[in-house]
Amino acid sequence: MSNVLILADFVGEKSTKSTVEIATAGARIGQVTALVLAPVGKGSAFASTITQGPITKVLVIESDDFALHGVAATADALAQVMTDLNPAAVLVVSHAFGKEVAGRVAIKTNSGIITDAVDIDADCTATQLVFGGSTTVHSKVSQGVAIITVRPNTVTADFVAASPAVENTTATVSDASKKATVTSTQPPVKGGRPELTEANIVVSGGRGTNGDFAAVESFADSLGAAVGASRAATDAGWYPHSHQVGQTGKTVSPQLYVACGISGAIQHRAGMQTSKTIVVINKDPEAPLFELADFGVVGDLFAVLPAATEGVKAHKA
Amino acid sequence: MPMKIAVCVKQVPDSWAEKKMVGGLLDRANVDAVLNDLDEYAVEEALRLVEAHGGNEDGGANTVTLISMGPERATEAIRKALSMGANDAILISDPVLVGADALVTAKVLASAIVAGDFDIVICGTESTDARMSVVPAMISEKLGWAQLTFASKVEVDPAASKLSITRVTEAGVDEINAQFPCIVSVVEKINEPRYPSFKGIMAAKKKVIEVRDFASTGVESSKAWSVVVDAAPRPPRAAGVVITDDGTASQKLVDFLLEKKLI
Repeated sequence: MSNVLILADFVGEKSTKSTVEIATAGARIGQVTALVLAPVGKGSAFASTITQGPITKVLVIESDDFALHGVAATADALAQVMTDLNPAAVLVVSHAFGKEVAGRVAIKTNSGIITDAVDIDADCTATQLVFGGSTTVHSKVSQGVAIITVRPNTVTADFVAASPAVENTTATVSDASKKATVTSTQPPVKGGRPELTEANIVVSGGRGTNGDFAAVESFADSLGAAVGASRAATDAGWYPHSHQVGQTGKTVSPQLYVACGISGAIQHRAGMQTSKTIVVINKDPEAPLFELADFGVVGDLFAVLPAATEGVKAHKA
Repeated sequence: MPMKIAVCVKQVPDSWAEKKMVGGLLDRANVDAVLNDLDEYAVEEALRLVEAHGGNEDGGANTVTLISMGPERATEAIRKALSMGANDAILISDPVLVGADALVTAKVLASAIVAGDFDIVICGTESTDARMSVVPAMISEKLGWAQLTFASKVEVDPAASKLSITRVTEAGVDEINAQFPCIVSVVEKINEPRYPSFKGIMAAKKKVIEVRDFASTGVESSKAWSVVVDAAPRPPRAAGVVITDDGTASQKLVDFLLEKKLI
């Protein structure tokens, strides 16, 4: 049976749901080995958080170089383990860090790379939604090992209990990979809301908010949702740029996307049209985003949202 | 010490245009083509860095060179970046590069970077067509240079050949530093890209764009290492329900969410 190598994804010292998702995709291809990279002394603590997903084996490498030299050091370790294991595929989570690691590993190992897969078949065919989700593409790597990054929240995770064999190993971080040094690091400011690209529900505001996101935020909080914004809203300085959904911002595909006061230019649709269910609230009945709506309300978001927020709270209470 | 900065730029289909696949590739011929939005931030950042340390025109000793791979038509996008104030440009253009992947792109750009003896290379975080965000990391790997990517702030100390950035990603905020030479990518909104002045537009017409072919790069093969099996437009979403608020819309919205088991 073929092997599949995944780079376990961590937030702090804890393996994430995305690890389970890429393990689930990997198990369709072969036996999954998860690589855990941890600071010295933290290897078993990190590995012990891998409790779910179809994972047969966990390989642990301890080194402080991973925190000090980030992407480059991680790519060194992943490429070395990959060369030893000779897997059919290497799967990494498709965030900024994961994609950069995968890119470096592709160069090191003369392998092709596919990013932002939303699905993977047993023969390593990857499905991607390109051009803002308007086109479905199936691709295969044609040289070397298939290196594929998988977008969070797209593969349905198999939360089967995992009790993998844990082994320690080592890797050498090259001098070239030590040239950039991380001198300080801070976790993202969470503000109590889920991360935009990983959230099950996203509530976004646009030009129609006139800069007042309070109603959007309250509705988001009632649903346990992340808050997004259109480019018009971030360009106007109404909401932080890191929350921009769209062509030049984040791409999201949550279970539910609620667009409030967003007209729906291609720029915005490109970032959200693969959402499973779309709700649109806009005063303008001609807003193009209504074309994508499963449920649309022509009305004032400042009237609809507060009452809906109370309605959701009443139901949850 | 004067700095030699390269900025990687790409011509892409206008991000407001509908994009289509033809024969497994993005149809680039039938859409308006523009300078990649996100590369404008890279050009602006390069200009700001040199302007803070003696400038690159009108007697300034620093240089900003644009490096691009693309069809001959890409000179239009390159002219825009030249009119912002870059000194000159290199365009690697060759029919064999049609359909090149990120790996070929990174190797071709890396070859031009090595030949140019640059101190700093600045890129946008991604192109708005392929959206992979991997080329800067690949160039760094290929050259063995320091990678300082996703920068929301860049500072240089030319005398000490030192560069530091603030990296902002989903994973948090990192301060990273390195010695020259290094590869930087900058995030959107790190700065406000300047509009080309009339003087800049006129000057850009006289600036040199050196066009090179693929053979000159020394890269072994222009073949992409991933292939598109098939591509199809996604079916349009089934039409949903749109109601006009008569005071009951919020309740109907909650009912809809309940029915869909989203609450």
